[in-house]
Amino acid sequence: MKDFIIKEFKQIFRDYRSMIILFGIPIAQILLFGFALTLDLKNAHIAVLDNAKDEHSRKLTEKIASSEYFILDRHLNSADEIEDIFKEGIVKEVLVFEPNFSQNLLKTGQADMQIIADASDPNTANMLVNYTSAIVANYQQSLLPSNPLNGIVIPDVKFKYNKELKSVYMFVPGVITIILMLVSAMMTSISIAREKELGTMEILLVSPIKPYQIIVGKVIPYLLLSFINFLIILVLSYFVLGMPLGGNMLLLMSESLLFIFMALSLGIFISTVSNSQQTAMLLSMFALLLPTILLSGFIFPIKNMPTILIWISNVMPSKFFIIIVKDIMLKGSGLMDVWFETLIILLFTLFFMALSIKKFKIRL
Amino acid sequence: MRSLRFIIEKEFKQIFRNKMMIPIIFVMPIVQLLILSYTATFEIKNVTLGVLDMDQSTSSHELVHQFDGSPFFQITTYSHSLNELEKKMQHGEIEQIINIPFGFEEKLINGQFAHIQITSDAVNGSAATLMSYYASSIVMDYNKKILVSEQGAVASNKGIATPFQFWYNTELDYKKYMVPGILVLLVTMIGAFLSGMNIVREKEIGTIEQLNVTPIKKHEFIIGKLLPFWIIAMFDLILGLTIARWIFDIHIVGDLWLIFAVASIYLLAILGIGLLISTITDTQQQAMFLAWFFMVIFIMLSGLFTPIESMPTWAQNANIINPITYFIRFMRQVILKGSGLMDVMSDIISISIYAVSVLGLAIFRYKKVS
Repeated sequence: MKDFIIKEFKQIFRDYRSMIILFGIPIAQILLFGFALTLDLKNAHIAVLDNAKDEHSRKLTEKIASSEYFILDRHLNSADEIEDIFKEGIVKEVLVFEPNFSQNLLKTGQADMQIIADASDPNTANMLVNYTSAIVANYQQSLLPSNPLNGIVIPDVKFKYNKELKSVYMFVPGVITIILMLVSAMMTSISIAREKELGTMEILLVSPIKPYQIIVGKVIPYLLLSFINFLIILVLSYFVLGMPLGGNMLLLMSESLLFIFMALSLGIFISTVSNSQQTAMLLSMFALLLPTILLSGFIFPIKNMPTILIWISNVMPSKFFIIIVKDIMLKGSGLMDVWFETLIILLFTLFFMALSIKKFKIRL
Repeated sequence: MRSLRFIIEKEFKQIFRNKMMIPIIFVMPIVQLLILSYTATFEIKNVTLGVLDMDQSTSSHELVHQFDGSPFFQITTYSHSLNELEKKMQHGEIEQIINIPFGFEEKLINGQFAHIQITSDAVNGSAATLMSYYASSIVMDYNKKILVSEQGAVASNKGIATPFQFWYNTELDYKKYMVPGILVLLVTMIGAFLSGMNIVREKEIGTIEQLNVTPIKKHEFIIGKLLPFWIIAMFDLILGLTIARWIFDIHIVGDLWLIFAVASIYLLAILGIGLLISTITDTQQQAMFLAWFFMVIFIMLSGLFTPIESMPTWAQNANIINPITYFIRFMRQVILKGSGLMDVMSDIISISIYAVSVLGLAIFRYKKVS
């Protein structure tokens, strides 16, 4: 048994290219995502069709262009050009000032500035329109004489758990989950499928090693690797990305060990149902990669999905792990806060283990 | 040419002989397209709200009522203890807390500023920004109402009006934006992984040696290996576009033939990546890791989920070597906006250069005698 595990270790570490990839992936990804991914909007290109060309239209344009959200790309001369520049795809929003903008504003007190957004990306369009209206409202307030005879309500906005609204806080737990899930599940499934494909599994099975020992021997090296990976990511996200580590570290580590176990047993299960490395890989790829990104709450909030998908998301173990990581790291929650999610991951682990033991016996 | 035909025939037989490949190639992408497109939404609605109203006055009730009536908010908890609400936020039961302090109405009547606190769970920073934006605008509306009731309608309605229009997607349907992107992703994954793994597999099992001693020429071997996957990926693309049309009701505004033409070049680039990976790896495991490594990075940086404009400059520059970026942008432009050949020229040129150089490099690196 011990010798078998040593053999597995040697086999894995001998392949230095896989080693580089194995440790390179998490480091590169956590840094890349930590610094590059953000859902906020900055530097959106806009164009202005200024039919007024007067004081207020200029000032307002200047004010909008000077905000960090917008870059004034160009001035348009006629409404016909709007369609063309949207089709080019760089400009995302066009502001149209009506003729005599200043005059209307001063005389009748009402002036129109139309916002046309390229809504082929609805999220961006929505945000841009919101930002623009907010800037206009702000500008307008600066024009008004300040004599509030009557009281008004002032909302003080506070952001909890993430004062600076960093996107990193949102992404790091997701990236940890994806990497653990894919590395653990994919690696085990492929390594077992490989023994099958090359025929070495037969040799192992006729040896005095018992089937469960084979599985344990296969899993232990990957368990260790994944855990080291987890530690690297944790250190990087704390020191380089400035993630807070609010909760109990011991708890976070035990939770991640549990999750790695779950992913490994899922990997074994995949390998028992696939007949070649290629199918094992495609299965883990399609069954794990996109669903882990999309159905786990990594990027898109689950709450707003159609009901059926909310149901489906409940069979995504990664969903629960992301909740656990976020709660512990960002909110400083303890075991009492996350016991339910932990229990679910534990059940998943037992479920996949039982399934693969059953399958394994029948097959071989 | 005869031997080329045989290789292609062999490849197809080999692919389809594996019973598991057929569902993986044809069913899985479709299921994914159907399911995943519905997941991708940033829409914010039904923000769960906890209310702490210490004032319990007519004005404070009225303000709370405004929140209750908005489609964005859903008041789930009324409480007298901030502690309790914060606990609930920690558990994720509520996303926002409105705290109206004692003396709220008095201040309003005396013409002072009456502060209220709006606290948002900001783990998801951009959602928190939008949430607090909506909350603030409800308060602004409330302010306007006060003004109207006290000064009459004249004073309030003045100012700059900002009517807005959403072009190309008036209902802000996020699926229309995501479906072309996810489709590109699925086709890319099928193309890059299948082709990459296939050749490495021959290496690993040793059958490549057998092929090497046959009179098959190098180019015949490569074409024979790539063409079947090109056809499969193309088929998946057409299938996906059909689903987009009939299930997601996405009418392709632009030129369908332009899409096919550029897709066929793009697939060459993707197959080239697969081939390149297979030339620098020895086992399927390595090939897969490498493919996976680049794929995840390419996907995340491609602008599929997060806007490219917001990325730091170095990340935008890194995107130059990301083929998915070009093709997703191209597909969205043509499908949703009907951009013409000239509008998307730069993307087409990039994809073509990409295809030629990657495929060239891969063929150069691939030595028949290995």
